Amino acid sequence: MAIWLRRSRSLAHYLKAEIGFWKVPNQRSFLNPCFFNPEKSSSTTLTGENYGNPPSFLGNSPTLFGSRRFESIKSGREELDLEDENGGHQNQAMDFPGGRISFTSEMKFISESPRERIPCYRVLDDDGLPIMHSSFVEVSKEAALKMFSNMVTLETMDTILYEAQRQGRISFYLTSIGEEAINIATAAALTPHDVVLPQYREPGVLLWRGFTLQEFSNQCFGNKADYGKGRQMPIHYGSNKHNYFTVSSTIATQIPQAVGAAYSLKMDKKDACVVTYFGDGGTSEGDFHAGLNFAAVMEAPVVYICRNNGWAISTPVSQQFRSDGVVVKGKAYGIRSIRVDGNDALAVYSATLAAREMAITEQKPILIEMLTYRVGHHSTSDDSTKYRPVDEIEHWKTARNPISRFRKWVDKNGWWSDKDESELRANVRKQLLQAIQVAEKAEKPPISNLFTDVYESLPSNLCEQEELLRESIKRHPQDYPSDVPV
Amino acid sequence: MTVVFLGIGATAALTSANSFDSKKLHISSRRLVSETKSTFFVVRSDGRLNSGSNRRAQILITNAVATKADSSPATKPGHELLLFEALREGLEEEMERDARVCVMGEDVGHYGGSYKVTKDLANKYGDLRVLDTPIAENSFTGMAIGAAMTGLRPIIEGMNMGFLLLAFNQISNNCGMLHYTSGGQFTIPVVIRGPGGVGRQLGAEHSQRLESYFQSIPGIQMVACSTPYNAKGLMKAAIRSENPVILFEHVLLYNLKERIPDEEYVLNLEEAEMVRPGEHITILTYSRMRYHVMQAAKTLVNKGYDPEVIDIRSLKPFDLHTIGNSVKKTHRVLIVEECMRTGGIGASLTAAINENFHDYLDAPVVCLSSQDVPTPYAGTLEEWTVVQPAQIVTAVEQLCH
Repeated sequence: MAIWLRRSRSLAHYLKAEIGFWKVPNQRSFLNPCFFNPEKSSSTTLTGENYGNPPSFLGNSPTLFGSRRFESIKSGREELDLEDENGGHQNQAMDFPGGRISFTSEMKFISESPRERIPCYRVLDDDGLPIMHSSFVEVSKEAALKMFSNMVTLETMDTILYEAQRQGRISFYLTSIGEEAINIATAAALTPHDVVLPQYREPGVLLWRGFTLQEFSNQCFGNKADYGKGRQMPIHYGSNKHNYFTVSSTIATQIPQAVGAAYSLKMDKKDACVVTYFGDGGTSEGDFHAGLNFAAVMEAPVVYICRNNGWAISTPVSQQFRSDGVVVKGKAYGIRSIRVDGNDALAVYSATLAAREMAITEQKPILIEMLTYRVGHHSTSDDSTKYRPVDEIEHWKTARNPISRFRKWVDKNGWWSDKDESELRANVRKQLLQAIQVAEKAEKPPISNLFTDVYESLPSNLCEQEELLRESIKRHPQDYPSDVPV
Repeated sequence: MTVVFLGIGATAALTSANSFDSKKLHISSRRLVSETKSTFFVVRSDGRLNSGSNRRAQILITNAVATKADSSPATKPGHELLLFEALREGLEEEMERDARVCVMGEDVGHYGGSYKVTKDLANKYGDLRVLDTPIAENSFTGMAIGAAMTGLRPIIEGMNMGFLLLAFNQISNNCGMLHYTSGGQFTIPVVIRGPGGVGRQLGAEHSQRLESYFQSIPGIQMVACSTPYNAKGLMKAAIRSENPVILFEHVLLYNLKERIPDEEYVLNLEEAEMVRPGEHITILTYSRMRYHVMQAAKTLVNKGYDPEVIDIRSLKPFDLHTIGNSVKKTHRVLIVEECMRTGGIGASLTAAINENFHDYLDAPVVCLSSQDVPTPYAGTLEEWTVVQPAQIVTAVEQLCH
């Protein structure tokens, strides 16, 4: 897909908002990460440590692993006449473990809440019109239509499979309604080599990578064509060949695992990064904090995407944390971060593309907080009208719908029409219903799959247990389900 | 002639061919000769020592692990080293052999590990392959799992096994499960290792026996090393295994010295070790308790008993083949472990033996374990929460007559 870069002077100005501006020797491309460098003062970094060599962003970045080993903390004062921006005289700085720190004689506590919240990056307004002077990566018609149709497919898949659960045909389902832009646009910005560690509300990434409706249905029905061999509950997709790690129900456990996967890519010097997703609720887990910390220390090429959809089952974000959302937490761990309008497909796409580039060239983690809204219930086991007003849900479902917003932009470019829309929807619906039928009728995995893959090869105790089970089945054939081969 | 014994699957471990091999293997694994002190004593039913011998008996207990290598002439093949060095040797050989093997943990890098198992490895292999992590056990365990799923073979070192309680979520929900739930698409060939067990006044939090808690987790294997020879062999086998393996080391065994072969060898993860063949009773043990048992064995031999001592080594799964053969021969079983009475390895082993070999038993299986108390700090109290040789002698006497 053709991507061309919008070289806009306004870009630099726009991005200067929260971050400082680093003097650049040459502007090679829009994606030169030096546009996004954090504030730096003289030669010390945010942590106050003097690294000696600034991060090289024009090619292979040296890992800074070995450089700080056993460096003695240079004690002793240096007479430095530093005029501090905060005012006040300070002509001395002192070394502490962690680097040089300048003193201040003003006792000032850093406020717990900023006067202004971190602003949110967005490109399209509610009517699908690009905002004046917005900076984003332009998307070709082909790419835009691919993104759009995938978003529609995702929404249709969610709606139909949710209904299937309601009808009792599958046991469980979880929708991503309202988060289609995050699902598809982030996936569009990645390459197939980037390793994805999902939480559970990101099937769109798999969809983009080529997982078919039949494959999705197979997993939901747990039949013998399911790659998970019927062992997990629905929506716990996983595919080795699509570089999409199997969903594990536990919240936030994928965050430190992402660091490990990135570590592996780093060892192999691959031109790829790891992308992991989690929700606002997941940021409360211990694994989030330790994982982000690790990623920063290890200089791991991970892009952390937080889908801040406002709700963790029934817990609203106001009860989840008291910080200004999740984006400010990045700074605490020494991680570059950005807040993006998660319902704006173009903004999501641009930001993810940039983050990925930075993560790989600079070998460091990036945090993206995507603001959105969880339109559906948490899952089929939840009824969200019990804890939030119905009109709020309706508002986000209609007025703030990411698909219709992107549709407006696509329409204005003359790339889509109502006829195309209804054709697409009808097609997807038909395909999916067909896939569901096939999946439902298919045989379940044989009973031997209960015992295989626990270990690499079947150990004796499991052999025994399988024998016992088979004997039981022989003795009580009438109690054994007919669609599970023995 | 190189002795290369490759680790094989559990099913193979149960073939008779294997038990032959294990005998062949154990020619080179000598019983350790401990300093013999010719005193013994009887533990009365009220627990008081009725020792007719001198105070040195007390020292006898606490030094139950002090051993000296065979003091034979230098014509013996192999080289002598301490247990932690044996672990390091095994680790280094595997890192040399396979570039995907890496180590992560707290202070494993330039510090060389709290017990020096990874000493000098960071210098040799770089900071990336011997990785120092921040203090977050759940996270670096998770990190290792992610790395394993992406193709590496990480070894996680817990500074003390007890700290891995923080990693329980990752170990149980992800490490043990992901191979299964992904339908076999992702393998997790991690090795989780660290020192555990009751040490010398380390306090309750640092004297945990994690094998009791982990034994239920499906999908993992657990082994416990007890000599330099089996430490190196098990380390190598664990690294080569495609399954996640937890290798339990013991804090007090790191300075054991033994002569091990120069040639490369890898032990079988699912196999038990015949320490002393005998006829009268089967004593099953592992890790440090092996030495207490061998201490008691000396006394028992003097008293005319012939105990068969088996170091079970494989805590999950149990080597019921070796154990079963022994039970069929002796008809009496005594289990000596360091775990607590409730829910420990001994409890599971008792159940397994009763289930499988009930017909062969002449007496109920007796299990000697630590009491269900947190390990006290006071030295004398700590001594008495751990099974002592005297108690083992008494138990055997009771079982055998």
